[in-house]
Amino acid sequence: MIINFILNGEEVNFDAYPGETLFELLRRYHHYEVKGNNCKTGECGACTVLIDDKPIPSCTFLVGKVIGKKVTTIKGFGDIDNPDLIQKSFVEEGAIQCGYCIPGIIISVENLIKKNPNPTRDDIKETLSSHICRCTGYVQQIEAVEKVIKKIKEGK
Amino acid sequence: MSRIIKEEAIIKEFNTVGKNVEKYDGLPLVTGQPLFTDDIFLPDMLHAKILTSPHPHAEIVDINDSEALKIPGVRIILSYKNTPRIAHTTAGQGYPEPSPYDHFMFDKKVRFIGDRVCAIGGDSIEIVEEALSKIKVTYKELPYILDPEEAMKGEVIIHDEDDISGVYDKDRNIISHVEIPIGDVENGLKESYYKVEEEIYFTQPVQHTPIETHITITYFDEYGNLIVRTSTQVPFHIRRILSKILEFPMKKIRVIKPRVGGGFGAKQEMLIEDICSLMTIRTKKPVRMELTRKEEFISSRLRHPSKIWIKLGADKDGKLNTIDMKVLLNNGGYGTHGPTVLFNSGSKTLPLYNKAKNVRFIGDAVYTNLPVSGAFRGYGATNGYFALESAMDDLADIIGIDPIELRKINHIREGETSPIFEKLGEGKEGVTQYIESSALSKCIEIGKKEIEWEKWRGKKVRNGNLVRGVGMAIMMQGSGIPLVDMAGARVKLNDDGTLHLFVGATDIGTGSDTILAQILAEEVGVPYEDIKVYSSDTDNTPFDTGAYASSTTYVTGGAVQRAGNEIKRKIINYASKLINENPENLIIKDRYVVNINTGEKISLREIGEKSFYDFEQEQIEASASFVSPKSPPPFAAHFVIIDLDLETGKIIPVKYVAVNDIGVVIHPNLSKGQAIGSIVQGLGFALTEELIYSKRGMALNPNFLDYKLLTSLDIPEIVVKFIETYDPTGPFGAKSVAEININGPAPAIRNAVKDAAGIKLNHLPFTPEKVFNALKEKKI
Repeated sequence: MIINFILNGEEVNFDAYPGETLFELLRRYHHYEVKGNNCKTGECGACTVLIDDKPIPSCTFLVGKVIGKKVTTIKGFGDIDNPDLIQKSFVEEGAIQCGYCIPGIIISVENLIKKNPNPTRDDIKETLSSHICRCTGYVQQIEAVEKVIKKIKEGK
Repeated sequence: MSRIIKEEAIIKEFNTVGKNVEKYDGLPLVTGQPLFTDDIFLPDMLHAKILTSPHPHAEIVDINDSEALKIPGVRIILSYKNTPRIAHTTAGQGYPEPSPYDHFMFDKKVRFIGDRVCAIGGDSIEIVEEALSKIKVTYKELPYILDPEEAMKGEVIIHDEDDISGVYDKDRNIISHVEIPIGDVENGLKESYYKVEEEIYFTQPVQHTPIETHITITYFDEYGNLIVRTSTQVPFHIRRILSKILEFPMKKIRVIKPRVGGGFGAKQEMLIEDICSLMTIRTKKPVRMELTRKEEFISSRLRHPSKIWIKLGADKDGKLNTIDMKVLLNNGGYGTHGPTVLFNSGSKTLPLYNKAKNVRFIGDAVYTNLPVSGAFRGYGATNGYFALESAMDDLADIIGIDPIELRKINHIREGETSPIFEKLGEGKEGVTQYIESSALSKCIEIGKKEIEWEKWRGKKVRNGNLVRGVGMAIMMQGSGIPLVDMAGARVKLNDDGTLHLFVGATDIGTGSDTILAQILAEEVGVPYEDIKVYSSDTDNTPFDTGAYASSTTYVTGGAVQRAGNEIKRKIINYASKLINENPENLIIKDRYVVNINTGEKISLREIGEKSFYDFEQEQIEASASFVSPKSPPPFAAHFVIIDLDLETGKIIPVKYVAVNDIGVVIHPNLSKGQAIGSIVQGLGFALTEELIYSKRGMALNPNFLDYKLLTSLDIPEIVVKFIETYDPTGPFGAKSVAEININGPAPAIRNAVKDAAGIKLNHLPFTPEKVFNALKEKKI
């Protein structure tokens, strides 16, 4: 069946299999920026995308529900030549090691800051808690987010 | 701005080393580039899965695959019936591996629930899954054994094959046995003024849980070469093992490691590459196989569950005179990494207290019918330190001195050695070495201040149901395996004056590509940004043993520094001919060769260009290798404040302080990340993580809902500090940082709980249930 939705600002028509998840569909159409898929239960958070401005693990989201919706992957933010503030901050603060969980985490952080430009440390921890990062121990990720918030406040 | 490290009379001035340069793969990772094994598209690719054993121990009488083969889209089924039977170890170690050759691609026997039975390749995962359900296996179930002490009685023999080798005692399921006596332990204990009588410690099975599970994609290139694109820590070992067990020419195998989504030791194995490769060889099609999370838990590798006995003896003045340590490792169904993890549980711990005249280390690594243990960050030292640092704390209580003081009296210092270095190596004898750099005393002092030791220790400060405690532990690790780990590096100069660096080293998220480029930039005298890194491709990069044993910064860094030195010499020689100047007057600085007398400059760009097209044409390039007779240990002192909930038994870590001596810090942010990542994994090991088995050895919680990893909500405030020393054998004075910090959390928390409530937790993990029961027993 043809599924129609907005992907990173552009309308797409993808041919989906019945019962396919959004994760499987995106990967099949070579959207390799969405990582993950080994838990298939949304537990690790690596495959998180924004669906109508809500961060959701794409491995649990059936394609039928995505029709007409707005889907944003990490490609909907900065790119390698023009990374946005959050992406840059993650690089600068040592918040990335293997990087496999990072696109999903950044998407959740983008969503947090958009909805709450003044989050507390607890808000940041709460947001990161939908993701498992086995490498970093989260500390530098929390620091990276705090640094972005400070920069935004200072109008940089 | 340059940074100066003072070390006695030596003053080192660095331009790139010590700077937080941009992580080499940072921007590609945060923008979601297709960097990982799975991020490619290959037409006609087959998907592969394994059928795993439902029995802990059974003979396979027959495998009937006729129904499975009838399913359209099923292309290949591999089992013992149609695969080569060549004994090998799956351990990715230097050759010849210390691990026993006790594994076959497919065997007629299964040895744990999760063991390989057969594998199917087909057009889609769904087709393969359906085909797996149609395979009929006839098993003859055998008695099984899960407890290593029972296993050593030899009533059930797990490996009775004639064609395996390297097993210490097959009849008693003992993979490896070691007994190192130094001095006289019995007499030492008898004559000791203070004693810790035998205490027993238990560590549990935990899994690495890399967020990217094991994944491999294999295919043939245009020349008929087998390309193995795989998420591994050991590409060169993979190539060697594949060639041997598939009887396929090594020349035709090319192993490529893209970015890896975490390893922590789980990927120091040849785990699934053989199945994909053989399917590609037989079908000529690309083959992809990815472990599910459940398979990663049960069919990959774990940290060895262990039982450790320890006795200590000290003189009246608190000087340790005797350490008696016995280690029993449960290796599961295969012996991979058994001998080496066993030896490391002593070799990385006992030298810390080198004053003891009498030291005995007895160890056994044993087969059982449980999932397989292997390499896991810390590699035996983590188990050993839990016991040793807990026992040291108890000894301080017995003597009646501050546990910090007891450590200060006894720990190893610069210029000293330990007989253990020579006696215990990697499954065999080791190499004598002296400590050439150590700031451990200073690490202890600084950590003590940061944690406010005096304020909390022994005070049992109450806040409602919570009682506060503070504990500590000290530790060391190594930097590579002396006289075993070898790395090569190659550098070439381009016509824009930039350098390409080729290393076999395997960046699995550790940041080694970044720090190796820093080391090259520092050595040659060019900016970090001018270096492009190619790593981990067995056809196009030099050999490297791989990412394990905390080796890359030290060993590969040593090779890179030497290659840098060589190309610097060649560039200067070329320039000297070009401008007719004595090379002794020339240096490289900021992209120029500079005459130190006249200030005359010639750019590396011009040199590169001229060397290609114009003058004495040559490719200016250099290569070098490094293998070290030493493995300089990094040191660390860890401190933790915990709140213990007396009503629920929950331990809440409040503040964690880790002060490290890792030599010169090449990249502060990445080093800090290695330390914090280790600490949080160590906290999970201490508090929540445990793979739980049924009575038949079936894992009951192989998923992230039931296997409890710490999240961002569970971590304490973590403070990491580096006290820099200059190790004369390391690149720019550097030692290692990757593993050491995972050793601290378990003993430090155990000791903090003892400070808070007087209970001794010797059985990991410290779940609320165990704590609550211990409190109840003590009537607190």
